[in-house]
Amino acid sequence: MSLVLNEEQRLLRDTARDFLAANAPVAALRKLRDERDPLGYSPQLWQQMVELGWASIILPEEYGGLDFGFTGLGVVIEECGRTLAASPLFASAVVGASAILLGGSARQKFAMLPQIAGGELTLALALEESHHHRPCHITTTARADGEDFVINGSKTFVLDGHSCRQLIVVARSDGEERSRAGLTLLLVDREAPGVTCRRTVMADSRNAANLDFDNVRVAADAVIGEAGKGWAVLDAVLDRARIAIAAEMMGCALEAFERTVAYLKQREQFGAPIGSFQALQHRAAQMQAEFELCRSVLLQALSAVDETPDQLPMLASLAKAKLNELVKRVTNEAVQMHGGIGVTDELEIGFFLKRARVTMQIFGDTGFHKDRYATLCGY
Amino acid sequence: MQELEQFRQEVRQWLEDNCPLSQRQPITPQEQYWGGRRGTFPSEDARLWFERMRDKGWIAPEWPTEYGGGGLSDRQGQVIKEEMKRIRARTPLYGIGLWMLGPALLEYGNEAQKRQHIPAIINGESRWAQGYSEPGAGSDLASLQCKAEDKGDYFLVNGSKIWTTAADKCDWIFCLVRTNPDVKKQEGISFLLIDMDSEGVSTTPIALISGESEFCQTFFDNVKVPRENLVAGLNQGWSVAKALLVHERKLMAEIGSDSPRKVMAPNAAARQYLDFEEGRISDAQLRSDLVEYDMQMHAIALTHFRGFEEKASGVRSAAPLVMKYLGTEAEKTKSELLLAIMGSRGLGWEGEEFSSEELDALRLWAMSKAMTIAGGSSEIQLNVIAKSVLALPQPGER
Repeated sequence: MSLVLNEEQRLLRDTARDFLAANAPVAALRKLRDERDPLGYSPQLWQQMVELGWASIILPEEYGGLDFGFTGLGVVIEECGRTLAASPLFASAVVGASAILLGGSARQKFAMLPQIAGGELTLALALEESHHHRPCHITTTARADGEDFVINGSKTFVLDGHSCRQLIVVARSDGEERSRAGLTLLLVDREAPGVTCRRTVMADSRNAANLDFDNVRVAADAVIGEAGKGWAVLDAVLDRARIAIAAEMMGCALEAFERTVAYLKQREQFGAPIGSFQALQHRAAQMQAEFELCRSVLLQALSAVDETPDQLPMLASLAKAKLNELVKRVTNEAVQMHGGIGVTDELEIGFFLKRARVTMQIFGDTGFHKDRYATLCGY
Repeated sequence: MQELEQFRQEVRQWLEDNCPLSQRQPITPQEQYWGGRRGTFPSEDARLWFERMRDKGWIAPEWPTEYGGGGLSDRQGQVIKEEMKRIRARTPLYGIGLWMLGPALLEYGNEAQKRQHIPAIINGESRWAQGYSEPGAGSDLASLQCKAEDKGDYFLVNGSKIWTTAADKCDWIFCLVRTNPDVKKQEGISFLLIDMDSEGVSTTPIALISGESEFCQTFFDNVKVPRENLVAGLNQGWSVAKALLVHERKLMAEIGSDSPRKVMAPNAAARQYLDFEEGRISDAQLRSDLVEYDMQMHAIALTHFRGFEEKASGVRSAAPLVMKYLGTEAEKTKSELLLAIMGSRGLGWEGEEFSSEELDALRLWAMSKAMTIAGGSSEIQLNVIAKSVLALPQPGER
């Protein structure tokens, strides 16, 4: 049954929660931020996550994976959302691994997936070219030159773009500027000649970068799937990524909400706990109702990755749009209900607010996904 | 799992063999069979369909066989519902006896009460009304004043009940009555079953903004109610009422999908009433409202399924507690959206200039306003969620 976690999944969730509370609390992100950490995450933490098997949850056993399913990955990512744990898990083990898994050649799979599972290979998807998610508005070019491809263009908002080892670049080898046809996915070493990387400091203190490609030359075997036919792979990868980030958003929202409800019970004004005031009770109860809806949507979307992939586009857009709205509402209310201390840097609520804003933009804002859902409905 | 699948095949076959084709058409309010001494079958096929379902034990598939139920498991009951829905089989018997009182009696009634009332409900012999709200006791239900004095072998009932659905057509009414005025208000309430034919009972219909008058007010003037009609103990009525409200809330949350009227789905209405450009609705605001509604309904449907899966796996969550609030609010949103999509064609009150779908859309819009009030208003639902899910501190008693 897809809408209830099984015992193994619940166990994985509990293990992840305990591990993250002990090893990657919000204070760890604050430290990375305050020390302006050049990598943006702790390699020791990443190594521990890898040892727990988190980088290989969705990978088949033949590539050194656990084959534990996307729902399993979802529960771990949700827990990461609770503590805002910074790591390459999303960019590499979800987005990068899915691209290789869904589009890669046998050689690429056998060469790369075990390395991803082992944590030594980290990936980043270089997709966006504007400040809004427009996955087929690609002007970066991949020009065939003999056996090679030559890449020119610029990418922005590349998650883990400055810390990964390899980039998956979405480039146009053919077709009109906004067409789905003619897109090609290529593997590029981040250190390759012609690649310039500028880290961007974002609201959430996590990792993103702007990248320029100036006559970057790669061999034909750098292509993932078939040149010019990258859209189908990209679309499927993006849907998995949207569902995974929705799981992170659930964790982020839930933690902010639970901390807020606890505060409502503890904080006293006018001689009573503020949580006894109906103005706050009703807003909290409405959020609880939205959580129930989002929980169902998220579980269905996670299980659809493995069980009913034909429903993914609709469920991914539903999940991303719903969780966007949830995390926005809940983090705003969390600040408001905490009152004055809610806007101090000392209280961790602000970290949730800021991470929420960034996740809302990742791979499609609410408007993008409402439009996509409406289009899929035929109107 | 395999057994359930086999059961499904049997159900499918039986329905195929036994459900008359005329009973697989969308139903109108006039075609519903509500049972009771004054109830009549709208057609011979409706009678046949009801009798076959009754004899099969599928009017109430999950209830025990000794009272006329089917003795089946919840999952099996769900399979029957799903299979009926699949062929659009009509509900053979409507009634709050079936939906609300029956489940409560099975839980709280004594053996004699179960034997007297449950088979009569299933067989369509008695139609029930609910007597909860009073003119002065709406959201604050526990403040009810309808009085039942303990006279030994009977109770003497005086007062009135409002929003008694179709009480003028009912045989019995279950009532919350005040049996002790001197204790905390919830602790002085009892649950009584009252025969509508008793001397001193009278009923008046109430006209609503929708133009309908299915609701009534029922008056009790020195009505003698035998002591054996007390359900659970004296002053135990509040517990019974709470149990019953769960059934009512579940019902109201499901009402949209089972509505007897031919309501158009908003996305179907959009195709009929809105302009499209290159496959998209041209009106950006309506397109946005429509997709928001469709997404919300998708999420609500998934949450219904989650509730069912959780029940089957013995997992508890807050999902069932938020469904009445979400379901009825969504129903209101839907009605507003339909009217907006239909424009002035959705505003017709009566007459030949409007299609029946258009007229129904407007009447349902007016009726939908009652859904977030009846059965515990949305505000009360939010209070309940705040208290029982979030465990927020309660405001001081005033």
